[in-house]
Amino acid sequence: MAPKNPKQKSPNSPKQPTRGKKRSTMVASVNEEVEPVNMEVMGHPEIYPLVLTTKTQEIFNCRVDEDVTDDQPYKLIKKEDIFEDFKNRGAISDFHPVKKVIQEYPGDEILLVYDKDFKYGLNFYVIGTEEGKENYLNPPEVLEDQEEYKEYSSEEVYIYKAPVSKPWISLGSEKEIEEESVNEATKQTTYMISRKRRKFGAPIKFSDHNASSIKDAYIECTAYPDKNFTLQQVEKDVGMQVIPQIKDRGTQTRWTYPKNATTQYYPREFSEEEKEAVGQSKPFADFFDNVSVGQNSVEIALQQNEIMNTFIDDWKCLAEEEGTFVDKTDTQLKEYQSFTDLHSPMEKMITCVAWHPTIYGLIAVSVAVRLSFEDRVLNSGKLLLQPSLILLWSFSDPIHPQLMLEGPDDIFCFQFCPSDPNIIAGGCINGQIVMWDITAHADRIENIKSGGGRSKKPILKPMFLLEPDSNKEATYIRHCAVSSIENGHRKVITDIHWLADTFEINRMGAVFENRNGICCQLVTCSADCTVCFWDIRPQKALLPQTAEKKKEEVIEIPFDVPSTFLHLDLSWKPLAKVRLSKGETSVDHCPTKISLNESHISQTPVGLNTLHTFSSILAQDRAGKMEEINPYQNLEGGMAGHLKPIDEFCTKFFVGTEEGEVIYTDWKLERDPETGRLMSKKPVSMHTVHDGAVHTIQRSPFYNDIILTIGGWNVAIWKENVMTGPLLQSCCAPKRYTSGHWSLTRPAVFYVGREDGYIDIWDLLEKTHEPSLSQNICITMITGIKPWPSSSKQQLLAIADHFGTLHILEIPWTLSHPSSNEVSSVQYYFQREVKHLEYVAQRKVIRDKEIKQINMEKERKRSKTYQKSKEQIEAGLKLDYEQYLDLEKTTLISLGLLKISERRSFIDML
Amino acid sequence: TEVEETLKRIQSHKGVIGTMVVNAEGIPIRTTLDNSTTVQYAGLLHQLTMKARSTVRDIDPQNDLTFLRIRSKKHEIMVAPDKEYLLIVIQNPCE
Repeated sequence: MAPKNPKQKSPNSPKQPTRGKKRSTMVASVNEEVEPVNMEVMGHPEIYPLVLTTKTQEIFNCRVDEDVTDDQPYKLIKKEDIFEDFKNRGAISDFHPVKKVIQEYPGDEILLVYDKDFKYGLNFYVIGTEEGKENYLNPPEVLEDQEEYKEYSSEEVYIYKAPVSKPWISLGSEKEIEEESVNEATKQTTYMISRKRRKFGAPIKFSDHNASSIKDAYIECTAYPDKNFTLQQVEKDVGMQVIPQIKDRGTQTRWTYPKNATTQYYPREFSEEEKEAVGQSKPFADFFDNVSVGQNSVEIALQQNEIMNTFIDDWKCLAEEEGTFVDKTDTQLKEYQSFTDLHSPMEKMITCVAWHPTIYGLIAVSVAVRLSFEDRVLNSGKLLLQPSLILLWSFSDPIHPQLMLEGPDDIFCFQFCPSDPNIIAGGCINGQIVMWDITAHADRIENIKSGGGRSKKPILKPMFLLEPDSNKEATYIRHCAVSSIENGHRKVITDIHWLADTFEINRMGAVFENRNGICCQLVTCSADCTVCFWDIRPQKALLPQTAEKKKEEVIEIPFDVPSTFLHLDLSWKPLAKVRLSKGETSVDHCPTKISLNESHISQTPVGLNTLHTFSSILAQDRAGKMEEINPYQNLEGGMAGHLKPIDEFCTKFFVGTEEGEVIYTDWKLERDPETGRLMSKKPVSMHTVHDGAVHTIQRSPFYNDIILTIGGWNVAIWKENVMTGPLLQSCCAPKRYTSGHWSLTRPAVFYVGREDGYIDIWDLLEKTHEPSLSQNICITMITGIKPWPSSSKQQLLAIADHFGTLHILEIPWTLSHPSSNEVSSVQYYFQREVKHLEYVAQRKVIRDKEIKQINMEKERKRSKTYQKSKEQIEAGLKLDYEQYLDLEKTTLISLGLLKISERRSFIDML
Repeated sequence: TEVEETLKRIQSHKGVIGTMVVNAEGIPIRTTLDNSTTVQYAGLLHQLTMKARSTVRDIDPQNDLTFLRIRSKKHEIMVAPDKEYLLIVIQNPCE
């Protein structure tokens, strides 16, 4: 049959919804009778396609288009007619294929349908069942009507028709099931084994038995060589090696193994009496005679040494230290790297720079918004939304900062704690001190140099692609403590320092020994004219009511903030306050920077040779701390009450102010006898040297008492305890100086930054009246300079500018390596300057005297000349008068008015 | 006594760090340094002096050691040997 499209199924399907599918009887008849092929395959087993020739059509009156039309495509044919046809024509009858069906047909009339479209393959088909006939004849219209009705009435309620079970029509699946199912092939046999009950559990007795003695006691399968499996190895791989002839021999020896052996000994000594005895003996005296007198006496040798050092190599001392492979003619600072924060929306400036004390390549900058005071006030609402950050940059990544420490407000100064670099203290613009603890992130920043999974290729992405990478989230670290707003500073904190870990102070300013071994106190100065000392340890509760107060204020702290300084948060008060007052009437001094004595700050002179020991000590400390509890976690209150104060400690320090004064004052507070309050002492000395605010006061890293102050347009160098004035004061520079720093390796060099982006390098051994080198770094004001000796070959200088960029420059060899006797030369220079000052002071006294003398001389001279001239004038006047008289006489005589004889009377008349 | 005077004079020279007198067996008799340092110097220098003397005499038996000076980076050690005693002086040559 030709394949039919399944489309035709649908119109027929409503015809047979309930009709069961009868299994057609597949009778394989031996006769030549052909099986009637039905359309079972198509779901219509009652339909038997047929071909009817025209003759047949005429016989049965089912001619195409005449009897059988589209309107009436069927014809009922009587069975007897078909049988007659069979008789007449036999096998050639068209109905022959369906003879069987017709014979079995129950009814009388068979329905013959004209298949115009050849739906079933042939032009006619016979419906072999009564039911089929009925269905064909009758219901189609009804069902079609029903169909139509169904199409139009969509609101008909769906009537639930319970599924009617239909008899199962096999499609061949039971064969598969039969194959898959597991059946017992053979019947199972069961055995029953029994034994007498008493034999169970009886003691067993084993005995030996020879298997071969009893016939059939064992069955064996002996191995035999099978010819099928014998292989003859025809080829063989053999390796050969030539070795020297060796002979193995053995002997027995006494094996000595290493054993630890110690010897303990003590030196032989004479007792006192024996020594005396020996000392008195004669040979002793003779020995001394021999030794002290004569050619080879000790004294001559000693004197020889004193006269001259014969072992000195003059050539060596003459030349500078050689052995450098770096070009010595290079004197410029070279740009190494620069960092800018590109993510912030507002323009920022850098306010403070600090290198990480232990980790190479890590530098922290504090950024603040670059606005004047008025603009800050105007935009204060917007500024609140900006995070105030300290960024930690690493050399390995110039675009993304490694850590960002968040503070409550713009930070103007900060410092790493010298004893634990994971603790950072910073001062804000609103007067608060902020503490951070980055111990949790410490290992993250330590391993930066080793790569740590980030790509090492420097990929320069354009600006619009600079989004944070998926593996580098911006790590904002919140501060873990801030100081109390009411009790702390009122204005911006301008400087902050950690006090050394060797001492601590109490409320009065007295100094005590610090038992903790770590830095636990801070000193800050602020624009509200005070210098405050702070303690980071928890203060013992003085009054019981504070405990209640604390219960009320329960501060929620985010989870990722360490609780190191929880006790300080928002309730931190300063330990002692020193007010820098100028007197009753005038405004107090406004400090900008302070400098404590070298022994105050635990700043080991970061020389090249001590840097490694410093870092190794810290590494050991850290390793030690890993096992023990971090001391900062368990700080107890100050022990100051139990110890005696150290008296000979120098409690004075230098302060630089906004007006350009340098003040040397004492931080010890004393009790005012009248009011009983704690008062700060009056400053020891005060000098106004600079024309602008002093922004740098720094002790030299080589000399404890030499201080560099920079402010306004000039530079001054001071020596502590020399009160008369600065040792060196430079003349006004063309541009204002905005920052400065001593060089850490050369005692005569310091760096000064200007407001036009130039850096002036001063070398005191070369020129003292002007800088020895001037180099341009950036286009705007330099706000911070910090050098760092990162290694013995490389020294780096960090320069921060007003536009928020941090430049790292490399210092050339000549500027970083001191000459062999530079320390002593510079010290000698300072001593000379001190002497010069003293000389000037002395000369001033002498000069004053001289001037006084000269003035007195002048006075005296002036007074003397005045007297002389008075007498002269009188004499002169008299003379003139007499001359006049004479003149008068002569004229009168010449005029004839006066006779000579009347002369007398004229004179008498006069 | 004279001995004391001599010792005092030697000790007061410029740059002298310490003086000691040691007997032939290496036992210190007089010293200006502390005990442990004295004992150390005495033992070591005694052996060194013996070795130096034997060296000199091995080369020429008629010869003998008269003075031994050891110059190091930091200071100079002077040893004046005798038949029975040893005078050791440590000086820091001034520079």
